[in-house]
Order: sequence, then structure tokens, then C-alpha cells
Amino acid sequence: MLNAVWLLLLASGIIVAAFNGNIDVVTEAALGSAKGAVEVCFDLVGIMALWLGIMKIAEHGGLVKGLARLMRPITIKLFPSVPAEHPAMGAIILNLSANMLGLGNAATPFGMKAMQELQKLNNGSTEASPAMCTFLALNTSCITLIPATIIGVRVSFGSSNPTEIVGPCIFATAIAMIIAVSLDYWFRTRSRWRKSK
Amino acid sequence: MLLTLLNVVSSWAIPLLLLIIPVYGFIKKVPVYESFVEGAEEGFTTAVKIIPFLVGMMVAISVFRASGAMDYLIHFLAPITSRIGAPAEVLPLAMMRPLSGSGVLGLATELMRVYGPDSFIGRLASVMQGTTDTTFFVLTVYFGAVGVKKYKYSLATGLTADITGFLAAVYICNLLFR
Repeated sequence: MLNAVWLLLLASGIIVAAFNGNIDVVTEAALGSAKGAVEVCFDLVGIMALWLGIMKIAEHGGLVKGLARLMRPITIKLFPSVPAEHPAMGAIILNLSANMLGLGNAATPFGMKAMQELQKLNNGSTEASPAMCTFLALNTSCITLIPATIIGVRVSFGSSNPTEIVGPCIFATAIAMIIAVSLDYWFRTRSRWRKSK
Repeated sequence: MLLTLLNVVSSWAIPLLLLIIPVYGFIKKVPVYESFVEGAEEGFTTAVKIIPFLVGMMVAISVFRASGAMDYLIHFLAPITSRIGAPAEVLPLAMMRPLSGSGVLGLATELMRVYGPDSFIGRLASVMQGTTDTTFFVLTVYFGAVGVKKYKYSLATGLTADITGFLAAVYICNLLFR
């Protein structure tokens, strides 16, 4: 599916540009964004180092394991293939908590750490494991309790009630999350059913 | 009242985490600085590992956007979405939501500048900005960090969540703000 989507984005863009007679835009966009992607990664280096360092302290202090144990009743249902006290569990919980608090730059390093731990359980395969898919379903649809950025924008344009959107945001993400988790569950159990046949 | 509370939480969250975790580790007799450096070392390699994945994805998305292909899709979809109460003005935002986080923020800011933050469009744009994450970025970066190239059904799940989030945002805004 990814191969098709990737090709579709690229090819439809080039064809449309050719029809509109502004093919130069393609070159500019392609070269510019290739450079931009590397800049994004380098911006991440420092932030990654900071949060993975802090997380290592939490891990050595037993905090990550403790968190995992605390959330066990929920996580055992969502991630049946991951042992309850596996380091992946702690990283997943840290990632989702950071997401909920709107700490985007802390969430990404925790999320990558979670993926690396899940990859250990996946025997280094290049194909996503069901646990990874569940984690990403949760992650992309995660509730933000404090959408700080957009509240800031509303304040700067002089909104009379900048926080009125918090409730509706929570409602909309909650619905998205329920759908994502249910769909993931359906995909996961369907593929298992297929395998056993 | 709520605004001050949110401001306090968002400005204190990171300093508090940076205080509590090392202090907790110190009490538990963890060599805090050594542990920090050990963890931080992984930061660089992980960030470098995602470069090829991010280049591939960002180039495709950027060509799609810059060429005007996205605008055609929006023109095609606008008559359908306006029926469910989503003004055509917010449609670019919905299209951008799974593709680019900074793109969404830019569009939402522009809509609020033009229509005002307390207009229906301004409110709907705010809710859409705060709903769901940038699916393509998350999948690319997270799978890239571990070298997974086959995403299986992840993309379908993420995009369905984006569509659901959009519909839910339109529904709740029509209910509360119209």
C-alpha cells in the first residue's frame, strides 16, 4: 500500500505540473524538501539525545518498569504479544503521556525508543509487527489534553475565548482514537485468522 | 482561569520532568550523569537512521503539494464536504493534516488571520489542528528508526483515524459553534 501511495503522490504531482506548464516547480520542491528532510533530522539529534538520556535514568531507576506495571491491565489487552514488564511497554506509556500533555518533542524520542524495543521482539524483521501497528494506531490518533500551540495562535489573534476549543478537540480525538484502535484490532485478529488457515 | 492553568502546566511540564526523573534516579542510587550520557548516545544514531525514510516521504509530499495536484483534489472534494457542514476554506487543512504538521499549523494560522479566531472557520480550524497527529510523519520516522519498510495495515488505520477525526471535528463544531 505504501509503495502505491508514494508513487501516486509523486507521479500525480509531476503530471499535474506538466499539464499546468510549471514543471520547474517539481524540481524546486523535490530538491528543497530533500534538503529540508535532513535538516529536520539534524534538529532532532539534540532533542533525541536529551530525552533518551533522561529516559535512561528513569529506566535504571526502575521508573519505566513501574509505569509499565501500573498500566498493565490496559496494555495487556492492547499488546498481547508484548510481555507486561518489557522495556517497550514503559517507552510506549511515556510516549503516549508526552503526546497527551502536548510535549511533541519529548514524545518522538520516547516513541522511537518504543519502536526499537518492539523491533527486538520482532527479530529484526523489515515487516511491521502487530504490536508496532497497534502502537502507531494509538500514537497517530492520540488525545492531546493541552493543545498548547493552537491556543497560543488563538491568543495572538485576540480570541475572546482561546481555550473553548479544548473540549471539542478532546471529543474529536477520542472518536478518532476509538476508531483507530477498533480498526487495528480488526486488522490484527483478521491476519491471525488468516495465518492459522 | 482555564487558560492560566493550561499555561502553567505547559510551561512547567518539561522543567519538572527534568527535575523529578534525575532526582528520583539519584535517590535510587543510579549514577545519573553516566546513565544520561549512555542514553543520549543513542540519540544521534537514531536521528541519522531516519534520514533516507524522511527524504523519500518529504519529497513525494512536497511535489504533490507544490505542483497543484492537491488543489485539484480539494476542488473535487469541496462540493461533497460542504454538504456535511465543512466550509471549503478548511478543506486544505484536512488534506494537509496527515501530510505535514508545520503545513497544518501554517494553514490554520492563515485562516485565523483572515477570518478571526472566533469565527466558525477559525474555531473549526483550531479543532482540526488539535485533532490527530501527522500520520505520514509519524509512520516514516518511527518505522524508519528501526528499519521497517513494510508498514502493513498501519497506513490504512492512520488515514482512517484522520478522516474520522476530521468528521468528528466538523460534527462537534457545527453542534457547538453554529
